[in-house]
Amino acid sequence: MTELIDNASSSESPIMTETAPPAISAGDGPLKMTTRNVDVFYGEKQAINGVSIDVTMDNVTAFIGPSGCGKSTFLRCLNRMNDTIPIAKVSGEITLEGEDIYAPSMDVVQLRARVGMVFQKPNPFPKSIYDNIAYGPRIHGLASTKDELDNIVETSLQRAGLWGEVSDRLQDSGTALSGGQQQRLCIARAIAVDPEVILMDEPCSALDPIATAKIEELIHELRGKYAIVIVTHNMQQAARVSQRTAFFHLGTLVEYGVTSDIFTNPTQEKTRDYITGRYG
Amino acid sequence: MNSTAAFVEERNPTDWQGDAMQKRIRKRYASERRFKALGLGAIILSASFLAFLLIVMVGNGFRGFTQTELPVEIDFPAMTGGASASQFEGANAVANVRTLGVRDIVNTSVQIQYGEQGTELFSAGSWQTVQSEILDNPDIVTSKATLYLPVESEIDVAYKGDGSASAEEKVAELEGKLSTGFNSNFLFNSDATDPMQVGIWGALKGSLITMFITLLIAFPVGVLSALYLEEYAPKNRFTDLIEVSINNLAAVPSIIFGLLGLAVFLNLFGLPRSAALVGGLTLALMTMPVIVISGRNAVKAVPPSIREAALGIGASQMQVVFHHVLPLALPGILTGTIIGMARALGETAPLLMIGMRAFIATPPGGIVEPATVLPVQIFLWSDEVNRGFVEKTSAAIIVLLLFLLTMNALAIYLRNRFETRW
Ligand SMILES: Nc1ncnc2c1ncn2[C@@H]1O[C@H](COP(=O)(O)OP(=O)(O)O)[C@@H](O)[C@H]1O
Ligand SMILES: [Mg+2]
Repeated sequence: MTELIDNASSSESPIMTETAPPAISAGDGPLKMTTRNVDVFYGEKQAINGVSIDVTMDNVTAFIGPSGCGKSTFLRCLNRMNDTIPIAKVSGEITLEGEDIYAPSMDVVQLRARVGMVFQKPNPFPKSIYDNIAYGPRIHGLASTKDELDNIVETSLQRAGLWGEVSDRLQDSGTALSGGQQQRLCIARAIAVDPEVILMDEPCSALDPIATAKIEELIHELRGKYAIVIVTHNMQQAARVSQRTAFFHLGTLVEYGVTSDIFTNPTQEKTRDYITGRYG
Repeated sequence: MNSTAAFVEERNPTDWQGDAMQKRIRKRYASERRFKALGLGAIILSASFLAFLLIVMVGNGFRGFTQTELPVEIDFPAMTGGASASQFEGANAVANVRTLGVRDIVNTSVQIQYGEQGTELFSAGSWQTVQSEILDNPDIVTSKATLYLPVESEIDVAYKGDGSASAEEKVAELEGKLSTGFNSNFLFNSDATDPMQVGIWGALKGSLITMFITLLIAFPVGVLSALYLEEYAPKNRFTDLIEVSINNLAAVPSIIFGLLGLAVFLNLFGLPRSAALVGGLTLALMTMPVIVISGRNAVKAVPPSIREAALGIGASQMQVVFHHVLPLALPGILTGTIIGMARALGETAPLLMIGMRAFIATPPGGIVEPATVLPVQIFLWSDEVNRGFVEKTSAAIIVLLLFLLTMNALAIYLRNRFETRW
């Protein structure tokens, strides 16, 4: 289903000239994920064209760009969620800790535990809060005793800043929480399987400003513990939560760099137009 | 910009009070009222059909559960030559009662009280009532006892209200002695030639076994097919073809499934005729498409976000299906299963094709023994010339309806239990 073009020299191909990943500087932490020359096709239609990006451990990386430019598509390549779309074809090289995630030897199930995902619309399971968190550890066998599982549930909820609000009603349905709480529950659920990377696809787009602020605060707190990649259509949000920003346009990566540079001093015309609100 | 501005100026303000507008509003309300009235009418019509059916069935069928009786005094110690109660207890009870010659004892006692032709007043099988009475209550043989025995069918019908002239005469003669009792034969016996001796138990047991086999095959196969088609199968021309075939299969007249069952299960596999196994398999073929279709719809209705959520934390495809999709789809699947099973329960035609119309006087002991089912039994009784079968037919229909209601109630209970509160 997925073709891999393992072409080490491709990073020098013409298409890469303006989209080379920025040099990793001190303080960025170790390299977590790399992508080289990623193309994605939906049937005949190309949605992503030769994107190369490095995701570092200590930074929050934001993907911005007008809607339909392929941000979600690219994000979903990072944990192979596109595998579930039969017509999607991904090529190029994507690594996690130097390991090719599209290699036949890669176990997708394990990969998705290592690279967790939070979706645009909060999607808790229609089960209790406890079971929502415990589901991941259960299927991966991360806890051998009830105490251990309880412990995972508690720490995950604490990390997601939800423990105080739900500790006395863990058996209530996860779907009975407010939208913002549901989204933090989803983050806790991702955290519970002890991921290395957390991908967030517009996690605040269905939330009110206060809930959004809480999630942003949470992202700040999680930074450093997990490599975080966030897709957002809200440029202020990208500026607030991220240290690295990638600007996508029509399936290509136009510019990728330090967030403050992108917002104050973009090198590309298109980026400047987008940031100043000329389109998008 | 200019053209839109011009358009806005040209347009008159909406006149909500104008005649034309008022008329339109009245028309709208009138059509709304008409629609409500039609809907209410439809509901009342179907409710009255149902009420009519129930009243007629219960009215007629109720008499099937009663029997007309005459008292017979039996002097057991004299007739049996001093049998003791202990003979009819324990392991040898049935064998001992057989050697007793209960039939002769009853006939003699009847002739003593009702004359030489007295036996004609009674149902031919009335001695069996005595036999089972002895087994239930052995102490009876140590003394004289008066037992109420079922009368012959014509008299029974006449006493209940609409018999032939000759039977009416006999009823008049016996005035004061006749009484009405509970017809326990009807619940515990099977088919018979004498309407006083027929019972529903054989057909009920046959239906139970047949439905069990149908459910056992149709439910898992139907649900797995639905899950596979929705969650695993690629969407291509071949799966489209399968979808169309299944939809058509659900609309195939049931008798065709009977022919299929005859050709495949009886002729090809050589399974026994008339058996509940074959009946169940045939009905399973018929029920499966219904379960597949409703199952697919239920699976489709599970929000994709739940699948993504599970996949996103590393659940395998199978874990997604069995931990999330199936539990959420189960209420819908059960609804389809109720519909399919209810249809199978009431089905006669396909079962006639596989030979389940035989006269079965003993309840089936297993899945390969000759059996009949409730609707077939009803069909057979409705065809009898003997008037005593009319009320038995209605009574059997009541039993069938009760079976149906129980089955549906169970399924609805299960569905509500699995219903997820969002
Ligand atoms: N499942 C799909 N099948 C076909 N085309 C898709 C699918 N998902 C997304 N696309 C197309 O891919 C392009 C990128 O979409 P997406 O990644 O969702 O953009 P974004 O998240 O930046 O708004 C769009 O043109 C969209 O129409
Ligand atoms: Mg998107």
